[in-house]
Amino acid sequence: MSDPETAAAKTTPLTGLHRELGARMAPFAGYDMPIQYAGGIIEEHLHTRGAASLFDVSHMGQLVIRGDDRALALEALVPGDIAGLAPGRMRYTMLTDEAGGILDDLIVTNVGGYLFVVANAACKEADIAHIRAALPGGCVLEELDRGLVALQGPKAALALAALVPGADALPFMTAAPFEIDGVRLAVTRSGYTGEDGFEISIPSGETERIARMLLDLPEVEPAGLGARDTLRLEAGLCLYGQDIDRTTTPVEAGLAWTIGKRRRSEGGFPGAGIILDQIASGPPRRRVGIRPDGRAPARAHTTVREVGGEAIGEITSGGFGPSVGGPVAMGYVAAGASDVDRPVEVVVRDRPLPARIAKLPFVPHRYFKGRGG
Amino acid sequence: MAELRYSEEHEWVRVEGDIAVIGISDYAQDQLGDVVFVELPEPGRAVAKGEEAAVVESVKAASEVYAPVSGEVVEVNEPLADDPGLVNREPTAGGWFMKVRMADPGEVEALLDEAAYDSFVSGL
Repeated sequence: MSDPETAAAKTTPLTGLHRELGARMAPFAGYDMPIQYAGGIIEEHLHTRGAASLFDVSHMGQLVIRGDDRALALEALVPGDIAGLAPGRMRYTMLTDEAGGILDDLIVTNVGGYLFVVANAACKEADIAHIRAALPGGCVLEELDRGLVALQGPKAALALAALVPGADALPFMTAAPFEIDGVRLAVTRSGYTGEDGFEISIPSGETERIARMLLDLPEVEPAGLGARDTLRLEAGLCLYGQDIDRTTTPVEAGLAWTIGKRRRSEGGFPGAGIILDQIASGPPRRRVGIRPDGRAPARAHTTVREVGGEAIGEITSGGFGPSVGGPVAMGYVAAGASDVDRPVEVVVRDRPLPARIAKLPFVPHRYFKGRGG
Repeated sequence: MAELRYSEEHEWVRVEGDIAVIGISDYAQDQLGDVVFVELPEPGRAVAKGEEAAVVESVKAASEVYAPVSGEVVEVNEPLADDPGLVNREPTAGGWFMKVRMADPGEVEALLDEAAYDSFVSGL
């Protein structure tokens, strides 16, 4: 199969390792990425929920913002509370536009002397230009050329502690520097699977060596983007470009929880008028879980309608949930029809199939909130 | 067991009298990955060669399965409803999709034999 995208695809520090491990590679956001390894998506998904998996997420943008006014400068672009982020803490937020739409979703970490931002691969070039254009004179943004891996699963902490003593004590959504074998790592307790886990930023030239050390741990197997997608879908987490984009607001997407009290009262971010109004009066539509009754998956762009009636919305992500053991989906429906357990129909290949509005996540989150807290 | 003939759309056919047993090739199931759902035609439906006759869904995507010969669907593989993974485990045996009473058995002759299909696949 000749794919013009493959010829020009960018690589990550782990591309060679993926090939050695027998990964099936495909272009994703301009990168040649592993979709799955020999065991397949379901096996990798279940291993992540049962033990620990290593994902290459080096395609994602790793940005650093420096300068005295960095937090307030970024707050002009996002509704999250960045100024109130203590050193070593991180937060999920999004770049919004004047219409209240979402330009990208980000994880922002206050490393201490600077902000560390992880952005989506497909958006990072636009994000960099967008943020740079808004930074005041004393602030600079640079893109780091580093590898990024995610170690995810209930045994991730046990596994990582064998190499990085103390990393297992980090609570969810915190960050700290560590060292393995003389290599400085930026470790965060975070992820995109709903499981406990870590994301580890590594100097490019050392990424493969560290990844091999992680893969040598008895609990850890490699997993590809296929499993990453089924895991995040079951965990009810949004994929930018599918579940959120310029046409969706954070409130419609169920992400108002990322907007703290101070930002709600002060505003001062793009689209604040619309977003704060939707928080106060309710959005016209809401992102919900959708659970088809049968076995047929209902995928993105499937129409959701009232039983025997009018269309009320559309699925934005859908497929098979290996831990659920059946089809799962999420999408937007009219706010008045978004109550959990409401019977609806999903129109798959022109046939209406019974489904229900479901609570998200489909699989409970199992984040590590810290010891003795 | 009778030999298999293949289409370039990766269906296989095994002829049993005037019946064509139809499934998807080992190459196809491997490319699809874990199969999670199979939608089969109603028995009694007439299908034309090249017409979409079934749908196979993997974790990643839905793919059409085309009738490699024309005729009437006389039986479908009911166990696939509860165990779609049969398509991965036994693509050319227990993972068959449907049986078609052929309108023109000569159509099978136009399909690839095993060696030709293998050579076709190795060029993909």
